[in-house]
Amino acid sequence: MEATMSKADARRLKKLKLKAAKRDQYKRFTRTKSGNFFYTFFLILFGMFSVLPMYYCIITSFKPLDELLVFPPRFYVISPTVESYLTLPSLLDNLAVPLSRYAFNSIFVSVVATFLHVMVGSAAAYVLAKTNIPGKKIIFTIVQMSLLYNSYTLEIPRYIIYANMGIFDTYWAYILPAIPSSMGVFLMKQFMDTNIPDALIEAAKIDGAGSFRTFWSIAMPNVKPAWLTLTLFSFRDLWAAAPGSTIFSEELKTLPFAASTIAQSGIARQGCAMAVTVIMMIPPILVYLVTQSSVTQTMSSSGIK
Amino acid sequence: MTTANKEPVNLVIKRKEKFSNNAVYYLMLAPFFVLFFLFTVLPVISSVILSFFDFDAVSFPRFAGVDNYLRMFVHDDVFPKALSNTLVLAIVTGPLGFLIAFMLAWMVNEFGPGVRTLLSFMFYAPALAGNVYFIWQILFSGDAYGYINSTLLSFGLIVEPIQWLRNPSYALPIICIVQLWMSMGVTFLSNISGLQNVNPELYEAGAIDGVKNRWHELWYITIPSMKSILMFGVVMQIQSAFSIAAVPQALCGYPSINNSTDTLVALITDVGTARYEMGYAAAISVILFIMMFATKNLLGKLVNLAGR
Repeated sequence: MEATMSKADARRLKKLKLKAAKRDQYKRFTRTKSGNFFYTFFLILFGMFSVLPMYYCIITSFKPLDELLVFPPRFYVISPTVESYLTLPSLLDNLAVPLSRYAFNSIFVSVVATFLHVMVGSAAAYVLAKTNIPGKKIIFTIVQMSLLYNSYTLEIPRYIIYANMGIFDTYWAYILPAIPSSMGVFLMKQFMDTNIPDALIEAAKIDGAGSFRTFWSIAMPNVKPAWLTLTLFSFRDLWAAAPGSTIFSEELKTLPFAASTIAQSGIARQGCAMAVTVIMMIPPILVYLVTQSSVTQTMSSSGIK
Repeated sequence: MTTANKEPVNLVIKRKEKFSNNAVYYLMLAPFFVLFFLFTVLPVISSVILSFFDFDAVSFPRFAGVDNYLRMFVHDDVFPKALSNTLVLAIVTGPLGFLIAFMLAWMVNEFGPGVRTLLSFMFYAPALAGNVYFIWQILFSGDAYGYINSTLLSFGLIVEPIQWLRNPSYALPIICIVQLWMSMGVTFLSNISGLQNVNPELYEAGAIDGVKNRWHELWYITIPSMKSILMFGVVMQIQSAFSIAAVPQALCGYPSINNSTDTLVALITDVGTARYEMGYAAAISVILFIMMFATKNLLGKLVNLAGR
């Protein structure tokens, strides 16, 4: 990459790096070395404990049959094998429709619903955070209150509403209910409250930007960490969501359903179940890495310099 | 041209602008609000109404007045235990879980971008891995081979294996620990992004103006700059702390021995799913909601006091 850069670019990069280094100068006054050391030590210890289940799933998926039967289960593997993964294709015969269909459903539903949720939720949050329309306070209070109501008791009324809308057994039954999640609106509203100065919106208006334009090209870039994080939350939940009582057709079911079918069959059940779990983990991890690495790398820049 | 006769014209334009602006704003709010009303507000309202009825999900609801509410406190043996378990769990895991999620996010934020991404990945791993509390089942297994039991036995600290998850005096504390360990989810990551959004110029200005160490900085700059994100964390934490059910159900079963780890949400699910008493389940939900809402209002006032 370095080679393809022009000299001017290289100079600019160096300047940027210097600026970034200067930025952290204040830390010389407010941080101590022993403190830094303690933090690192503590975080690594705690972090290792946190990855334990994920580590255990991965390790177990590579265990041969005899090691799977050892009790209590070991946290290491002596002779790792990919046997569990290799038996997975033969278990696919237990599925009613080809695996690709489940995979398509999962990807389609997760991506479309996440996109719509983030868009619709952010637009609503912008209106609640940065405008003075009548009724916004009440709406926001209701949004917050709804987060505290037990969702199990809402299932029957929701079921009746789905039935009346005629969205049973369609993709809409996955997508529509996922769009108006109050958590997303709440998160975006809180970020917009703090991170979008009113002066910035005023300036955009004076420059002739319309309301939607201001939201899209002024507000949203300023809360990038928030909607990246929301994308992750939404994708993670939708990816793991097994089809509920609203989906009957096999062609419309998602991967978690197929995964549980596979996990329940085969000789080395536990190994296969873990292999499936590990494979199912990959997409959320990828989304995590893509969104969070750009969250943690944004040099927090407020719009006003 | 004096300002006096310029003003009315301006006002008229402003009003017109305001009107068309508001129309656009309502339009931006509409997709969310319509769906939110359909899938959340309507169900909540019908659930609250249902709490005054007897409803078995099959026959037509029969009006029952406040019977469902009376029954909770007078005729139900499980409800008081579930209520006290829920409160204990909420009081222990709520504030502690919030503190852990915030402090760890803050500590992680001290590092450079690469280490930061890696560390937050490690902390968020349980949420990415899915139903992860099975690991605790392995650790706290009741026989002599369970990791905790075998360790304690080999050191001679206990003589015979302890039934960790069946013994009422150990079960609830263990649930607390597992729940705390699982608290690194939504709140943690929203804190991470919240910390990213704090303007670094404030820290520089703080260092010049006499902020001496990171604790000062935390109290006078970081916390005040992310109050609204902290409020988000408070609400999410209340929601999860009062709604604990999956972990005790998976580790100790439902009903647990002496109802020692049964919670309100577990009770609601049981009443609704196994006994088909939807009206009663709704009434318990309403009581649970009132407790959470009161807690939220109380804590909202506390968050506003920080950094003064």
